[in-house]
Amino acid sequence: MNQETAHGTPGMTISDEVMIEMRQVHKWYGQFHVLKDINLTVNKGERIVICGPSGSGKSTLIRCINRLEEHQTGQIIVDGVELTGDIKHIEKIRREVGMVFQQFNLFPHLTVLENCALAPLWVRKMPRRDAEHIAMQYLERVKIPEQALKYPGQLSGGQQQRVAIARSLCMNPRIMLFDEPTSALDPEMIKEVLDVMIELAESGMTMICVTHEMGFAKTVANRVIFMDGGEIIEQNAPEEFFNNPQSDRTKLFLSQILDH
Amino acid sequence: MAATHVPQPDLPPPIISVGVIGWMRRNLFSSLPNTALTLFALYLLWLLIPPAIQWALIDADWSGTGREDCTGGGACWVFVQVRFYQFMYGFYPEAESWRVNLAFGLLIALAVPLFIRAFRWKGWLSAFLLLGYPVLAYYLFHGGSFGLELVETDQWGGLLLTLVLAGVGIVAALPIGVVLALGRRSQMPIVKALSIAFIEFWRGVPLITVLFMSSVMLPLFLPEGVNFDKLLRALIGIIMFQSAYMAEVVRGGLQAIPKGQYEAAAALGLGYWRTMALVVLPQALKLVIPGIVNTFIALFKDTTLVLIIGLFDLLAIIQLALADPKWLGFSVEGYVFTAAVFWIFCFSMSRYSQALERRLHTGHAR
Repeated sequence: MNQETAHGTPGMTISDEVMIEMRQVHKWYGQFHVLKDINLTVNKGERIVICGPSGSGKSTLIRCINRLEEHQTGQIIVDGVELTGDIKHIEKIRREVGMVFQQFNLFPHLTVLENCALAPLWVRKMPRRDAEHIAMQYLERVKIPEQALKYPGQLSGGQQQRVAIARSLCMNPRIMLFDEPTSALDPEMIKEVLDVMIELAESGMTMICVTHEMGFAKTVANRVIFMDGGEIIEQNAPEEFFNNPQSDRTKLFLSQILDH
Repeated sequence: MAATHVPQPDLPPPIISVGVIGWMRRNLFSSLPNTALTLFALYLLWLLIPPAIQWALIDADWSGTGREDCTGGGACWVFVQVRFYQFMYGFYPEAESWRVNLAFGLLIALAVPLFIRAFRWKGWLSAFLLLGYPVLAYYLFHGGSFGLELVETDQWGGLLLTLVLAGVGIVAALPIGVVLALGRRSQMPIVKALSIAFIEFWRGVPLITVLFMSSVMLPLFLPEGVNFDKLLRALIGIIMFQSAYMAEVVRGGLQAIPKGQYEAAAALGLGYWRTMALVVLPQALKLVIPGIVNTFIALFKDTTLVLIIGLFDLLAIIQLALADPKWLGFSVEGYVFTAAVFWIFCFSMSRYSQALERRLHTGHAR
């Protein structure tokens, strides 16, 4: 694992343009209050890592950004478009926001190439040859072009997750969301996926990543957010966050995950 | 300093027993109870099969013109041979039977390319077979235009009628069933309620009552003089009935698709219909091929019920022939023949579905 921080790489500049804004967002699952008064602003080029104990609402928060979950009160504005029940807004946002899941969720009945080319072909309505060309480009970028004609079931977990990343990138999103991308992987395969994510960050992608990989946070993140019980407890730059946690709950969490 | 590790070579497994003898030892004679069962099963086969073959093949009479040609003491296949045209075509005029032959020949010729992997226009061919061919076949069977003599649907019978009923029923029930299954799983309350109502109604009544009501009660509700073709009524009843069953089979498949598939498609920006057509249905339908083919096979055999509304499918035609005073006493031959024909079709569907399942597993880790 590359321990040097990648901060300062030319691609990783943060602009003033606001990509995501969440204002006073609350969400309930039935009676259970899962997100409490979330206020968050994400600028273009930021790499945000969200950590916290399970059940804290981290995944729910990022799933609200592309409307895989609905929020009940508050506003979520993504790339200038407000997320409401309007299906046209939702589909517009989903075209610009890519998501990588813990369970990969590749389509098992399609080849790797078809998985990646599906969305450009059917959502951006590109001709098949162009869609496949783009798919091959991104497969090369995640370093598995030779697997293009295989089916997902024939690949290892690390390879499948890299295909999933390539699949999202084929839509040329402006924001990438990662929901615990390495949590379902064997330890040997975590590095290959994190390397892809680091390269993506260095190229300037706006990213929000829910993860337990604190090494990744130190290397790449410009902001670390700690959530517990549905609230944002603390957010800070990585050095400050890890070396100088403010809240007691943050301190407790860090002591549990960093000292074993 | 660590010693270099030399991996152990792969060894072949021990030879317990090989070949046919080995298989028999493991599967038929592995224990005392199993051996006893095997011997009992062999005894039963010895009791049943040789007499059956003796009756059906060895002592049977195969050719002739009338009852008096059945002298062998075995099966009288002369009965089948003499009435063969009627069993196959029903009351269709013999002079026009070339039209039926042409239609079925065309179907087979057009369907063959679909089984050839290298064929590249499968999409267009399938579209024609589903939409264009039925119209063509209808005009060939029915006539009345293009200089072809009119043959009313009451005259269609025998295997011809069975295949028309089953074929149309199968081709229509699957898409309607898929739509109903999607409707039942929909978030829209009206669509969901209508789908559930349709499915539960048509599943709740026996097919025989559906046919009976369509034949007897429907004319009571229609204005004077309006006459709905009887075959069409039977077809609609069969289609409605089977789509309800098909909907539940497909719904089982839809439920088995992990939520992550729907989410991944949604996150990529695929809308509802694209998600269903490109991601969910291909996987769901593949999962429930056994259930779908089961429904098809049941449909094929359910077509025999149209007897009660006066349509003469294969079974009905044979029963009619058995009532002929010239051929009394040959009911065994008649029913054995019917059973054999049905078995050939149903078994072929079953084998095809297994081959399809094997082929569609390519590359999937299962």
